Amino acid sequence: MSHPLRGSAAIVGIGNTKRWKAPGRTPFDQLQEAAILALEDCGLGLKDVDGLFCAISSSGLPVLNVAERLGISVRHADGTMVGGASFLFHLQSAVAALENGLCDVALICYGSNQLSAGGRLVSMPDPQPYEAPYKPRYPISSYALAAARHMHEFGTTRENLADVALAARAWANLNPDAFARGPLTRDEILSSRMVSDPITRADCCLVTDGGAALVVTRADRARDLAKPPAYVLGTGVAVSHRQIAAMPDLTTTAAVESSRRAYAMAGVSPTDIDHVMVYDAFTITTLLFLEDLGFCPKGEGGAFVSSGAIAPGGRLPVNTNGGGLSCNHPGMYGLFTIIEAVEQLRGACGARQVQGAEIALAHANGGVLSSQATAILGSAATL
Amino acid sequence: MSTDSRFDGPGPDEIWHSSLAEGRFMLQQCRRCGTCRFPPALVCRECGSADLAWKEATGQGTVYSATTVREREGNYSVALIDLAEGARMMSRVEGIAPDAVHIDLKVEARIVDGPEPMVVFVPTKGDAS
Repeated sequence: MSHPLRGSAAIVGIGNTKRWKAPGRTPFDQLQEAAILALEDCGLGLKDVDGLFCAISSSGLPVLNVAERLGISVRHADGTMVGGASFLFHLQSAVAALENGLCDVALICYGSNQLSAGGRLVSMPDPQPYEAPYKPRYPISSYALAAARHMHEFGTTRENLADVALAARAWANLNPDAFARGPLTRDEILSSRMVSDPITRADCCLVTDGGAALVVTRADRARDLAKPPAYVLGTGVAVSHRQIAAMPDLTTTAAVESSRRAYAMAGVSPTDIDHVMVYDAFTITTLLFLEDLGFCPKGEGGAFVSSGAIAPGGRLPVNTNGGGLSCNHPGMYGLFTIIEAVEQLRGACGARQVQGAEIALAHANGGVLSSQATAILGSAATL
Repeated sequence: MSTDSRFDGPGPDEIWHSSLAEGRFMLQQCRRCGTCRFPPALVCRECGSADLAWKEATGQGTVYSATTVREREGNYSVALIDLAEGARMMSRVEGIAPDAVHIDLKVEARIVDGPEPMVVFVPTKGDAS
């Protein structure tokens, strides 16, 4: 018997400001624009929204700030903050709230001015007194420790990591809206400045501004709206730690659990997935998630990527917008994995379109491999 | 007062810092399942018991993973150390070049004095690995 939440709700509207460098705009400006675009995309209005889901790096009370600015009369809200995966946690929460009648139109939204505000990750008030004395670069050193361990256990190389960045750039070159486009070579990546061994500047995601939003409704209402719905077939979330020292095994993330839950709800397996979006904050995260989501065996992510599998023309289209590495990364990127998955299911991706995409998987990460969330979306044909 | 006496006294973070200030590197061990934990807290992560005892760490450990942070002012080590007791902590390895710190290196703890005393590690004598 299928899970009661499978296909019960759908993403009916998406908003993406694509303003990756926008001085003079606050995070709330980006968020509001994205919310308006998402509602116009599906033909609903702000007065229809009664469920609000948001997280923002620079605000401790995002639901209050956003509800006031947009004039939303909130009947249900969730401001869960688990870093970049927050918005996929919100999606799971929205699906449950919709199914139980706690709200009828859910708006999930985000905005950032990370680039214009000065570049480095906007720091959240969350001190880590057992790490701070050792001055790790946050969050880079935590990911570097995971990469070093993966190299030690499985023989993964810097060349394998470079090939993740190359694949992302190749996809970005097919996406006119990507921030970083143009030629890029393996040698350029390998000779990039080392930041925290073995991670170089070229292994790190972009720093951009940006805003994104989703509108989610129950499936019955979704059918009558302007765009083809992207049905939420399955979701799963997991949390394993806050500080990297508390991660049980640095080569295996809680994406194993989040994806197992999402696959079970959707009733599909990795071989059924046509299109994949994984949160590539660093090149190592793509490798880890390809393994943990079941697209290749543990330890073989490097060889899988270096075979050309995830680049345009490969057997598994991954991060087709160019990813956090080459499309955009406004502080917390999770919502953009969903945006691209929906656009692929709508067949709206032009030169980078995955032909015949019916089932897409979006996976997001937060903190330092701390929170993991997986969503599986499908076209009407998959219901 | 009707507080629960099991939680009386200073909290675990306070005990950690005051012990360190006295030159002692202390760890918590679960009285029910024996698991050691770090950083300090009120419950055992493994079994959920709130019955934890403090004991002095042996200071022996092995590098689980390591990175060299490259800054304009100079490079330094950041490492995760698997302690002999089973807990893992972030620290740094001193006494050798940061990029010579490698996984599986045997290390032992030192307490660095100062206004904020901290635990660092040095390679164990005789470990040529």
